[in-house]
Amino acid sequence: MAPITGRRGGKGESPFTRVLTTVLLAVFLMYSLLPIFYLVISSTKDTTDLFTSFGLWFASFNLPENLRATFTRDGGVFWNWLWNTAYYSVCSAVGAAFISTIAGYAFAKYRFPGRIPVFAVILGSIMVPQTALVIPTYLLLSKIGLIDTPLAVILPSLVSPFGVYLMRVYAEQSVPDDLLNAARVDGAGEIRIFWSVALRVLMPGFVTVLLLQFVATWNNYFLPLVVLSTPELYPLSVGLVSWNELASAGGGAQPLYPLVITGALVSVIPIMITFLFLQRYWQGGLTFGSLKD
Amino acid sequence: MAVEQGNQAGAAPPEVKPPGRAARNRRLRRVVIPYLFLLPFLVLFFVFLVLPLAYALGISVFESQLVGGTVFVGADNYLRAIGDPDFLGGVVRMLKFGAFQVPIMLGLALLLALVLDSGVVWFRTFFRLGFFLPYAVPSVVAALVWGYLYGPDFGPFAQLAERLGLPAPDFLSDSLVLGSIANIVTWEFTGYNMIILYAALQAVPSELRDAGAVDGARGWQVAWYIKIPLILPALFLTAVFSIIGTFQLFNEAQILQPQAPGSISDSFTPNLYAYSLAFTNQQYEYSAAISFAIGAVVVVCSYVFMLVTNRREVGE
Repeated sequence: MAPITGRRGGKGESPFTRVLTTVLLAVFLMYSLLPIFYLVISSTKDTTDLFTSFGLWFASFNLPENLRATFTRDGGVFWNWLWNTAYYSVCSAVGAAFISTIAGYAFAKYRFPGRIPVFAVILGSIMVPQTALVIPTYLLLSKIGLIDTPLAVILPSLVSPFGVYLMRVYAEQSVPDDLLNAARVDGAGEIRIFWSVALRVLMPGFVTVLLLQFVATWNNYFLPLVVLSTPELYPLSVGLVSWNELASAGGGAQPLYPLVITGALVSVIPIMITFLFLQRYWQGGLTFGSLKD
Repeated sequence: MAVEQGNQAGAAPPEVKPPGRAARNRRLRRVVIPYLFLLPFLVLFFVFLVLPLAYALGISVFESQLVGGTVFVGADNYLRAIGDPDFLGGVVRMLKFGAFQVPIMLGLALLLALVLDSGVVWFRTFFRLGFFLPYAVPSVVAALVWGYLYGPDFGPFAQLAERLGLPAPDFLSDSLVLGSIANIVTWEFTGYNMIILYAALQAVPSELRDAGAVDGARGWQVAWYIKIPLILPALFLTAVFSIIGTFQLFNEAQILQPQAPGSISDSFTPNLYAYSLAFTNQQYEYSAAISFAIGAVVVVCSYVFMLVTNRREVGE
């Protein structure tokens, strides 16, 4: 899982090829950055400027006012959404990473009866679309009275079959049997071996699953949309869309568009920082499964 | 294997253990300990994956009626789904969507990955990060922002067209809306797929590429004859995940719907249909049947794709 670095310089190619390919990439980069650029520009505009000034350049600078309006609207419910999103994401990420790590470790390092069929079932479930589970989960949770509670978002997010797969591959490749056996000779129990020997080696994989699940929960929309109905419990995704629907319903007359845009910008920043600073880990996670044949 | 070695090592400790204890330890290590580690996952897996599916299957064979309460209807809900133009329309729309969006996205991702990998470019790290950035944007925000960009009121494309004296393009019209949603999905996931393919390319042994170069192969020939065949497993993985994603399309369509109620119906995608059946029409049983059918369609499609490509990396 070392950071991916370039190795070759492509020396043999002509300067013309080099310019051409760089231009090609630059065009696609503009496409990739356009919506983000638009979001940043728009967050500085008031309602009038949004409708009248050119969308891809600045007009009067109204960002502080937009931020104030975003955080105070509806009694400051945006603070709730921000907090809820962080709370749901951290709980889901830590829980899912831990649960996946111990499960993956068990699959990788023990030969127990039922190991192969149980793993096959978990692997097959990666193909079951998460969204097809949302409505059944809603129906089930409403039977047991968990609907419209934080647990309705967090508990289903703790199940990550892909995380188990990832941790199994990771444990197989990174935890040497000799290390475990040495600890056994020293008389350490299996659980202690995991805690004090294996977990340390598994940490990079643990962080990868943690990040993937953190991002997945931070970005999740369908599940919280369905299982939550109290606005104070919404995460940012559901809250922002509810504002956007209000804005559209008002035919654009509602001064809500700048709030949706500013709120969207605020909701993107933490996740982008996470990505840029911890790219070593998510890259490891995204690529790990595909590299193993 | 690991466990056998462990037992042999453990059977020769400094102090001699009674054999009964060793046997108990072995059983503990073989069965109890691994299942203890698996327990939290298996419990949650059962409660939040197996049980909802079983429950959906269970209630989907019932129907609530105004008179007589809930009655057993067997496969009626499924037969209804098979003959339901709204459901079938959504499935066909997703097939159409997948047939052009997935190849375009993966083609772009592969092209970008090959260019970055070839080294024939400046600012490589900068580009790689820039391409990946959209993946860090929540799909809700992506849909909202693209919705504004598409907008006929204050969308910059409409503004540009107006300034040029052209009619404003209606990105959310009946004929363009599927393409517009495909663009959002492509924007979100091209970079993600590129990273997977790029990493696979970086793992291609350098002797292989150098051999091609020594033989006088041009850059694109090395790519086509050496690199692409070697990264087929990764390409295959991205294709399966993209197909699974296609059938789950919900956020983008549901978020753009208030903006384009005419062209995005309640049954635009199968998931949107299941959602509106449950929460607008209170037809929970039928909605559960649709959800279950979506899951089945996805699993079958992914499986067929795997058979067709004859590669089974995802299975063990």
